[in-house]
Amino acid sequence: MSLWRQLTRGLRVLRHREAADQDVADELQDYLEQATAAWEESGLSPDEARRAARLEFGNSTVIREQVRSYGWEGLLETLAADLRYAARQLLDNPGFALVGILTLALGIGASTAIFSAVNPVLFQPLPYPAAGRLMMIQEMRSHGSPRRPTFGTFLGLAESSHAFDAMAVMKPWQPAMIGNDQPERFEGQRVSAAYFRTLGVFPSLGRDFQAPDDQPQSPNVVVLSDRLWRRRFNGDITIPGKQVMLDDNLFTVIGVMPASFENVPAPAAELWAPLQYNPSLPAEGREWGHHLRMVGRLHLGVSAIQAGNELNAILRPFAQMHAKGYECCGGAPGGMVVTRLQDEITRGVKPALVAILGAVVLVLLIACVNVTNLLLARSTRRRSEFALRAALGAGQRRLIRQLPSESLLLAVIGGILGMVIAQIGVRTLIALSPPGLPRTGAIGVDGTVFAFGLGITSLVGLMVGLAPALRASHSDPHNALQQNSRTTAGGHQLTRRVLVVFEIALALVLLVGAGLLLRSLEHLFAIDPGFDSTHLLTMQVQESGRRFNDDSVRARFFTQALEAVRQVPGVTAAAFTSQLPLSEDFAVYNMEIASHLNDESEGLLQYAVSPGYFDTMRIPLRAGRLLDEHDHAGRPTAVLISESFTKRKFPSQNPIGQRVRIGAGVGHADRPWATIVGVVGDVKQTSLAVSASDAFYTTTTQWDWVDTAQSLVVRTRGDAAAQASAIRKAIWSVDKDQPIVRVATMDNLLAKSQAERHFALVLFEAFGLVALVLAAVGLYGVLSGSVNERMREIGVRAALGASRRDILVLILRQGMTLTGIGVAIGLGGALAASQAIISMLYGISRFDPVTYCGVVALLAGVSGIACWVPAWRAARIDPSITFRAG
Amino acid sequence: MDNANTDVIQGTLDMLILKTLSIEPMHGFGIARRVEQISRGVFKVNPGSLLTALQRLERAGWLDAAWRQTENSRRAKFYSLTRSGGKQLEIETADWARRASAIARLLKAEG
Repeated sequence: MSLWRQLTRGLRVLRHREAADQDVADELQDYLEQATAAWEESGLSPDEARRAARLEFGNSTVIREQVRSYGWEGLLETLAADLRYAARQLLDNPGFALVGILTLALGIGASTAIFSAVNPVLFQPLPYPAAGRLMMIQEMRSHGSPRRPTFGTFLGLAESSHAFDAMAVMKPWQPAMIGNDQPERFEGQRVSAAYFRTLGVFPSLGRDFQAPDDQPQSPNVVVLSDRLWRRRFNGDITIPGKQVMLDDNLFTVIGVMPASFENVPAPAAELWAPLQYNPSLPAEGREWGHHLRMVGRLHLGVSAIQAGNELNAILRPFAQMHAKGYECCGGAPGGMVVTRLQDEITRGVKPALVAILGAVVLVLLIACVNVTNLLLARSTRRRSEFALRAALGAGQRRLIRQLPSESLLLAVIGGILGMVIAQIGVRTLIALSPPGLPRTGAIGVDGTVFAFGLGITSLVGLMVGLAPALRASHSDPHNALQQNSRTTAGGHQLTRRVLVVFEIALALVLLVGAGLLLRSLEHLFAIDPGFDSTHLLTMQVQESGRRFNDDSVRARFFTQALEAVRQVPGVTAAAFTSQLPLSEDFAVYNMEIASHLNDESEGLLQYAVSPGYFDTMRIPLRAGRLLDEHDHAGRPTAVLISESFTKRKFPSQNPIGQRVRIGAGVGHADRPWATIVGVVGDVKQTSLAVSASDAFYTTTTQWDWVDTAQSLVVRTRGDAAAQASAIRKAIWSVDKDQPIVRVATMDNLLAKSQAERHFALVLFEAFGLVALVLAAVGLYGVLSGSVNERMREIGVRAALGASRRDILVLILRQGMTLTGIGVAIGLGGALAASQAIISMLYGISRFDPVTYCGVVALLAGVSGIACWVPAWRAARIDPSITFRAG
Repeated sequence: MDNANTDVIQGTLDMLILKTLSIEPMHGFGIARRVEQISRGVFKVNPGSLLTALQRLERAGWLDAAWRQTENSRRAKFYSLTRSGGKQLEIETADWARRASAIARLLKAEG
């Protein structure tokens, strides 16, 4: 076959290039000799015959080259020669090569890393079959805001809906496994039977949940994640059917999920058990609590809107039938909302990610512009070299091919280095990523991302190579040789100036973004959280097991634990609270005030705390008294309320002594009144940025029940984190089976509550810095190029009496004019682009003048430095030298 | 020297080489010589084009090449027609005949 022959012969030629060349040379020589012999035969003298043969033959070198360069291996060799030449060129100009490669590597590396991080969240479908059909289903309050659905709603809809192939509800579950070592608390989920079927993933070992598993009083069964199965059970394949102890109950393992299963709705979950709610829907039961999340798989061809309409139609008669059930917990929903699961999951982080993606595109753009500028500057300097080569007979096509091969080499090296940066960058990104970022497990430099990186590399290389190559091919060698070094600033300088202006404008946009985020974070951290966050250690103690089914036993454990903690050296104060500020958790209850008839206050934050809580947290008392040991079960309930709630509800009255009903007592005339005994300062609960400060406090024992999970706050003398293990031991000295989780200092929690903004800020700062440096390098390059080309002109000026200062000002003005134009364009761009990060700003407008002025000043300063060096060089030009050199 | 055009008609060099070699294996100079003689000097083969063409035809599998002794005991690179080269010659000859007769008809046609 001829293709095979092409390949093998080509390879043979490549392997034995010298022999192949010799072969060609021999054949030519032989041809020539035979031709000479033939001429001799026809009667010419040997000399004449040789001349005639040579004349007929033509230029043997050209023929040899022609024959030699035949075939694909010839092309390959030309290319290799080009690359060798390009590599030599780069090595001869290490400064140019270094700046170019680093610029490209930074641009490509940063954009690949960011794309890797963003890809699974924004672009890839969720890791389930037909993931586009997975929906999140929520209840809508009568006034339109969404809330979590109840089990009752789920059951009513799931029984009659045809729009969905499968529906399921879930709630978090954190069972503890008590063994010989420290008790371990697992993240898990309680789910309805069709949960895995809805997602479209099934256990790789054992079986999935069946409807009977989900009945109340059914035997306890559990499905494990692959990770937990391997970690805790050494990947025992006989595990289905075996029993494990969770929270003092025996559970039978029925299945193990595949290793590839990613539980997107609750990424940390490692085990799943059936919900086992009562399908007969008793009116006062947990079946009517709004604490579930609902997912559904749409039937093929049904849209989310159609599904929503169908659910609403089912809901109306169902809600009427179960009016009593809904009544206990905020009334029947106004309707149902169906949204794509993917949108729901990425909702929180999407604005930050889109802004970051935009920022990295700007960085890549700046990098490309910078490299183009570098190559343009170089091609200007190499004009005479090209002219010389053209005059020596290099074909125009050959010349044009030279430049892209050089920039392509630059791009390939930059791309490889960029991949290294991307690898490091992705790891850094995961380490830095805010806790709210979904699917971090799926982030990695994968094939798609590598292709993306390689794609940009080649594209950048070709684009960058094109501009100087076109310029080189247009220039007339004759002219270029004549002009030599006497060129005055011409059209190509204009291109480079435009590019620099563009770079400065882009850098300004990025810096303004970084500045706005920085100022927002400053504003946020300047906010008083309402307590003293320094030297404060927090942890959650979750009592576990049936031993504590009695509230009083539970309370005794927490009291004893507190006593033990207070004995630890270095601890100055300690207290328990049902809800820890800035922990992302909160509980909300209503309050009925005796003096405000028919006016129920809704949505107050509720805290059940041990008496020392306010001293430990240093929450200030504004009026009345704090809670103390005498406020225990059996005595009249004492309530503290927050300052802002007092101002709203009792603007002119004395709040102290007001009678209120709280929690389960609200609206029940037969329940006793509680009394407001004091007012304390406002505390930020969910986030520094959210100012919902209506709150009330009772002691742990005077609240309706004792929560199973309590947060311990400990004020320490020295470093709070260092005390963690001593405190943990103290609690376990009371009962060794109590899991302790979420150990953190309050300062950490404070920082974590702003993790998304902080994440965006770090990236914007890094990109802004890169952009600033690149723009400065670009400006410096253009100005020094300009100074080089105007050497003669400047020499003449100096000779005619221009002072050094005049020349300094001349060059500086040139540079600062470029900066000025760039800043003006950039300001326009930044004003428009700041819209993209508006959701991440806090306390400032996106037109914040301080930010804009600061950024312009910074950019002007850096530009000034970049201009100063070439200007200073120009000012020192000795006119006599320039004349002699010219 | 007369200035008559002795260039080989574009695209026919391959066919001329294949035809020449269908008679007997030959080296490069021999081929050039033979084409010139048989065409009675109408065509002169440019050595550069000839050698490149020989390399191309060999690569395509239509020719085989080997160094051998000539009759006057010199070493020369001899080319011989392969079987697929023979087939290619038939194809090109038929094609040429078709086109030549078409051109002849066109030139003969009277307005």
